[in-house]
Amino acid sequence: MVKPLDHESINENVKKTAYAVRGELYLRASELQKEGKKIIFTNVGNPHALGQKPLTFPRQVVALCQAPFLLDDPNVGLLFPADAIARAKHYLALTSGGLGAYSDSRGIPGVRQEVAEFIERRDGYPTDPELIFLTDGASKGVMQILNAIIRDENDGILVPVPQYPLYSAAITLFGGSLVPYYLEEEANWGLDFNTIRQSIASARSKGITVRAMVIINPGNPTGQCLSEPTIRELLQFCFMENLALLADEVYQQNIYQDEKPFVSARKVLFDMGPPLSKEVQLISFHTVSKGYWGECGQRGGYFEMTNLPPKTVDEIYKVASIALSPNVPGQIFMGLMVNPLKPGDISYLKFEQESKSVLESLRKRAHIMTDGFNSCRNVVCNFTEGAMYSFPQIRLPARAIEAAKNAGKAPDVFYCLKLLEATGISTVPGSGFGQKDGVFHLRTTILPAEEDMPAIMESFKKFNDSFMEQYEDYRGYSRM
Amino acid sequence: MGSEMTDAVAIHSINPKVLKCEYAVRGEIDTYTENLEQELQKNPGSLPFDEIIYCSIGNPQALGQQPITFFREVLALCDHPSLLEKSETNTSFSSDSIVRAHQILSSFPGKATGAYSNSQGVKGLRDSIAVGIAARDSFPASSDDIFLTDGATPAVHYIMQLLLRSEADGVLCPAPQYPLYTASITLHGGTHVPYYLDEANGWALEISELKKQLENARTKGIIVRALVVINPNNPTGQVLTEENQKQIAEFCKKEDLVLIADEVYQDNIFAEGKKFNSFKKIFRSMGYGEDIPLVSYHSISKGYYGECGKRGGYMEVTGFSKSVREQICKVVSVNLCSNISGQILTSLVMNPPKSGDASYESYASERDGILKSLARRAKALEDALNNLEGVTCNKAEGSMFLFPQIHLSEKAIKAAKASKMAPDAFYALRLVESTGIVVLPGSGFGQVPGTYHFRCSILPQENKIPAIVSRLAAFHESFMNQYRD
Repeated sequence: MVKPLDHESINENVKKTAYAVRGELYLRASELQKEGKKIIFTNVGNPHALGQKPLTFPRQVVALCQAPFLLDDPNVGLLFPADAIARAKHYLALTSGGLGAYSDSRGIPGVRQEVAEFIERRDGYPTDPELIFLTDGASKGVMQILNAIIRDENDGILVPVPQYPLYSAAITLFGGSLVPYYLEEEANWGLDFNTIRQSIASARSKGITVRAMVIINPGNPTGQCLSEPTIRELLQFCFMENLALLADEVYQQNIYQDEKPFVSARKVLFDMGPPLSKEVQLISFHTVSKGYWGECGQRGGYFEMTNLPPKTVDEIYKVASIALSPNVPGQIFMGLMVNPLKPGDISYLKFEQESKSVLESLRKRAHIMTDGFNSCRNVVCNFTEGAMYSFPQIRLPARAIEAAKNAGKAPDVFYCLKLLEATGISTVPGSGFGQKDGVFHLRTTILPAEEDMPAIMESFKKFNDSFMEQYEDYRGYSRM
Repeated sequence: MGSEMTDAVAIHSINPKVLKCEYAVRGEIDTYTENLEQELQKNPGSLPFDEIIYCSIGNPQALGQQPITFFREVLALCDHPSLLEKSETNTSFSSDSIVRAHQILSSFPGKATGAYSNSQGVKGLRDSIAVGIAARDSFPASSDDIFLTDGATPAVHYIMQLLLRSEADGVLCPAPQYPLYTASITLHGGTHVPYYLDEANGWALEISELKKQLENARTKGIIVRALVVINPNNPTGQVLTEENQKQIAEFCKKEDLVLIADEVYQDNIFAEGKKFNSFKKIFRSMGYGEDIPLVSYHSISKGYYGECGKRGGYMEVTGFSKSVREQICKVVSVNLCSNISGQILTSLVMNPPKSGDASYESYASERDGILKSLARRAKALEDALNNLEGVTCNKAEGSMFLFPQIHLSEKAIKAAKASKMAPDAFYALRLVESTGIVVLPGSGFGQVPGTYHFRCSILPQENKIPAIVSRLAAFHESFMNQYRD
């Protein structure tokens, strides 16, 4: 008799879902780690796991909020600076009963106000805190929005390829259709609107209603930063095609070049004025997991809704309320991130120095990694303009592709497994993010410590050269 | 854009499952109360009361309950480990909290509490929780079976998502129930199959009722996949007897149902002679092993710890095949991991200070103080409710709620209909308008048609209870008089 939880009788959508970031390579790396092998996990954007230290000030504030009885302790001034004490009191006063009480399901109103003020300072346009919902990480917010949009398999979502596989996973889980638009690797992972138009036309001809478009800016895994003219064109496109725009802007603090600084989709939308600024439905996402904070484990994020009808906002609020509230410490991290220290604050100099040093080092590492990959003859790597990743293209010889096939693996999976076994470097094969047929990549992060980088790139190069030697065909003879 | 084009994300074009799902805990009364709060702030003195008293949700620390000191000491040290290097910490923190913080930090690779952890949760913390479960049940638990989640709620969603393939799939849920279950079933496209608890018999769970509802559903073509049992129950508070639990276990085995055991109130039992037995313990004591699927939920939001805002909890998943477990691991990994602070707190709740530990005395005193007070408040409110005309309230056994039945007159029911409200929602609205006391209408939880209830929490501070009781009594008398047939 077939039982409810036999493999064949569980939800098909669950079975179809894939999330390579913690997929095959990660599982194999974890096995090897258990066997005692030293693994360098570059599979996920997880800065603190690779030695980045948390910023001091936010940890001081949250520790005080965790243990408010410390505020009455005579030694508190010896344990914490005065501005951390003041800020802890500020956040505790905003809660409904400290860190242990459910907050408003949309997040603590006072923190949402701080987020609104941050957005206004950043973009120059006011925003309504009632349209900002805090979530347990940006991923939960993305899932809530996609769940609201997707009705059935005839609803399509335009997603860049390569993409961060949260999008493909969520679309599959909710039973929708992913409509890919390929980024142009030769044009620095740029967008081509002709390609996008073709994708949308192709989807429509199959009976799919394309409902929304996802942009990831800066890009994950590709790192490209969108220019203001490109964002304008995107918004115009969404307006003409009646698409909601989902702007994943979680890497907005991670910018490693000066030609294309970060500009939010919302700012561009309002710069364009009516009718677009009043019509285009936009949802923007941000997080405390990236930037120079890297506080992934706190699960702090938000989404901001622009031009959504009030009834829709109500429905999204209703679903958020089933989970009661996002975690309160994560909300306080968000408040601290958007409402930073100011010159003159006691902890300001240390905070500035800690922040700057992370960002400067990330910029250096972006270069070290890109250059390191490009120094290999069969590897071409676009520069990491932003975010936390490097996405080199690995040209694999025909015999390697065949060997992969014989091993029952996609060629880039095969390559990455060999890389892992030889060097302990755990990456994610490009197939996990999407790529053009016959073109192979891997994603790694730029997060290993700066002092470890040269050795890591050395180790990679050594492996790559030996892999190429093994599988390349010189002057037509085989190496059987 | 032509007028015939619909908005991409308009109300008529969003996911119908989202539109259909309901969650009464944060529904109509909640919105109304928000407006009253604003009114009180803007125009103090304009209403017949000067504060809103939330007897609506199980949110203890919002109503003045203090967190357990030891737990918060450990959390502060884990959030800011630099404190461990300062000499003042030795005087400002208990010695065992320092030891525990060191222990917990070493279970994190690189002692990094800001990194995403393993998607099931930090292994060392899960090991600790498994030890706690084994100590509680006297049967072993494996850390591989434990998934740490942002509160128990996301874990419920994962299982519903896994089990529900279409509207033809059903899940048996108690009526009354905590409306997360109906909301989750609807969101995941399945069918809710209610089974009624027997109010006349202390809200007993009768196997005959389960059988009846199961057969009824099957004749309608529904494939019933699972049975949800909430023990202690929310909203009724009843605690199942061991005998009853064994019958339920046998029923699930016989009918091939996954048992979904919501046990978040396991530390909230105040009735004499009633004790918590986990369904896992019951299963194992009956010789039911790894071949019978059981999902057990726990949370840090309730008990005596009441840490709702931290969002910590777990599901213990046993009796599933390896390939299905892999699917669960996969789905859980899409969100990367649950929040670390919640994970740490869950391990503390399952492994509190023990006799002999430096903090034990103060911990036990805090814990017992809270639990005894909850028991007193439950009794005081139960008695008060039973003293109201036309109100019957079953004996308070556990959880954080009471679920009295109100016998409403025809006149009251008519007035409710005229206001387009369910009769119990009408009563609850009038109650909050007159007294500021917020309760939740029974219609949001499920009740036998034609009966009316409301859910009232026992959480307001003890010194407020007399005032609540007298205001409630005054309102009730006036309501009954106004609508006398």
